[in-house]
Amino acid sequence: MSIRIFLASFVMVLSLTSLSFAVEPGEMLDDPVLESRAREVSAGLRCVVCQNQSIDESNAELARDMRILVRDRLLKGDSNQDVLDYMVSRYGDFVLLEPPFKMATYFLWFGPLLFVAIGCGAVFLIFRKKKSQTDVAPNNTAQTKAPSLSKDEQHRLEKLLNEDED
Amino acid sequence: MNSKRLIFFLPVAVFTVLAIYFAIGLTKDPRKLPSVLIDTPVAEFELPAILGRANEGREWGLVSTDFKGEVALLNVFGSWCISCKVEHPFLMQVKQQTDVPVHGIDWREKKPEDGPEWLLREGDPYTLVGDDPDSKGAIAFGVTGAPETFIVDKNGIIRYKHVGPLDATIWNETIFPIVEELRKQ
Repeated sequence: MSIRIFLASFVMVLSLTSLSFAVEPGEMLDDPVLESRAREVSAGLRCVVCQNQSIDESNAELARDMRILVRDRLLKGDSNQDVLDYMVSRYGDFVLLEPPFKMATYFLWFGPLLFVAIGCGAVFLIFRKKKSQTDVAPNNTAQTKAPSLSKDEQHRLEKLLNEDED
Repeated sequence: MNSKRLIFFLPVAVFTVLAIYFAIGLTKDPRKLPSVLIDTPVAEFELPAILGRANEGREWGLVSTDFKGEVALLNVFGSWCISCKVEHPFLMQVKQQTDVPVHGIDWREKKPEDGPEWLLREGDPYTLVGDDPDSKGAIAFGVTGAPETFIVDKNGIIRYKHVGPLDATIWNETIFPIVEELRKQ
């Protein structure tokens, strides 16, 4: 078998796996618009049995029943949001794969930004300190050699030096 | 001078707090989900009766309005569910020794006769039973697995949810005290 045939079959297998989803033909709605809305809603709903898959991807029985319920509700005239709201009213925010934007989740959404801000602040402070030290340096060579001495330390040093002289 | 040095311990302090926080998180079971249904009314649902069970001329096996009027338990079960088999003898005791009605949702039987046959063989602890082959009732109660048991007060408000099989300890320490409390209201 040539390498080309192997590669071709390999690519074919890969392309097949990317097509896989759990919706069975019997579940699909005849109306393509409603069906695509159903797919969209299902992709945002967590399978509560398997937990890290959407019900659109999950083969769990409960996920299948939830997909059918989503379609039933859309057929009855519910909007996408109505369906999501119903599922949240039964299972809580947990059932949404993307956490909602509200008071309890502000830290989740803004947390990373907060840490970036703290980091930037720290870097800014450190560099400003360094800069102010180098600014003074040309006039005072002693300070460049021991820039970390505070006033207290300077006093103590002088005292110690004086003691030595005594 | 000391206060300035303290800042170097800040990362250690932050790390410690986070480590404790995550350590507590690790001990929790991610499969135990909080129920948002506590203190909310039972959602509307209508489930047909299971095969061959006397239904006294009622149209449905179990509907949401059945929960109005008296404090009742709802138990989600299935003949396929092993924990339900463990729980079953205790539910029979509840039926024989207490006056607390236990309604059942027969969830996702492979064949419609599986549930009724099991109850016929092992005993039927339920006051009313609805057949739920496509999870409509289970989803109305936010169920993720069987068995789950709910306490519903006489106004049809869900007051408590227990995940997993009931036993005497849970009954005496949790379920029955709540039922008695709700009956006083």
